[in-house]
Amino acid sequence: MSGIDTATLWTVIIGLGLGSFALRFAFIGIVGSRKMPEWLMRHLRYTAVSIIPALVAPLVVWPAPTGGEPSLIHLIAACTTLAVGYFTKNVFAAMGSGALLLVGYISLFG
Amino acid sequence: MAISTTSAAFWKGLRDGAPFVLVTGPFGLLFGVLAGEAGLDVIEAFAFSMAIYAGSAQFTALQLMQEGAPIFIVLASALAVNLRVAMYSASLTPYLGSAPLWQRALAAYVTVDQAYALSIVQFEDEPDMTVQQRLAYFFATNALVMPGWMAATICGALIGDQVPESWGLDFVLPLAFLAMIGPMLRTPAHLAACFTAIAVSLPASVLPFNLGLFVAGVIGMMAGAQTEVWLNRKLAGAQP
Repeated sequence: MSGIDTATLWTVIIGLGLGSFALRFAFIGIVGSRKMPEWLMRHLRYTAVSIIPALVAPLVVWPAPTGGEPSLIHLIAACTTLAVGYFTKNVFAAMGSGALLLVGYISLFG
Repeated sequence: MAISTTSAAFWKGLRDGAPFVLVTGPFGLLFGVLAGEAGLDVIEAFAFSMAIYAGSAQFTALQLMQEGAPIFIVLASALAVNLRVAMYSASLTPYLGSAPLWQRALAAYVTVDQAYALSIVQFEDEPDMTVQQRLAYFFATNALVMPGWMAATICGALIGDQVPESWGLDFVLPLAFLAMIGPMLRTPAHLAACFTAIAVSLPASVLPFNLGLFVAGVIGMMAGAQTEVWLNRKLAGAQP
């Protein structure tokens, strides 16, 4: 397939394993009950809701299945998934509706 | 019913955590399948889940490695996605901080979304729990989810290379991420962070080495934090 080389893969597995543990251990193990600066905590609260959308948006606008050509159905499926997730708070309802739209479209017109 | 013994705490944790197997299982399966598609064998996929045990970070790393991003970018991005576990760690510290170091190290390894979410509610509801009872509860919330995640990864990796290309699985990952993000958008500040990050990420994607991800991520975080400050100020101003 796309050929991730073995050295890269294991470097990532080990590095990410250690890094993730360090993140999890940082406070409970080392910082203890000392207070964190409020401005830092305030920014950290928005890490996941910023980084993940920033990762996904280009993948939606220039989707891999079309070779990077913008595609209306992929955009609609993505927006539906986000909207259903937001309104139902249900990951599976969200995932299901997006996938259903895409699969339905591909089997009808694909 | 108040928890009075360590084993009662364990069983309550096990019961509370059980439904989450149904949530994390399919994502573990999906990770295994996508890892298989990306050319990882079963051992490699399993090592990934075992070493990291954090779905969104694993998906991020896999995606970026497939794009051929430099190792530094892969690590930094996946860790950035996982920064929230550091916040969980900070928030659990007052409750578990007095346990022996090796127990805290074990607890750190299994600090994941659902264990944190269940435990923090439990600890706040029953402030009289001892540290041993809290730890028993915390570990028990993982007792089914973790083996489930590992088993699902292995199953996924085993069937992964048999899934035909035509299924268009390369768009499943963006959808999975979006499905995870939707429920996380609880306040206007979350929305501001999310949509700012999206708006910046598109033009920023011309930057080399996937640096656009960081630029967009950091600007999104600043937008979220700033919105929170404004909202708090407005709230304070509205009071008589």
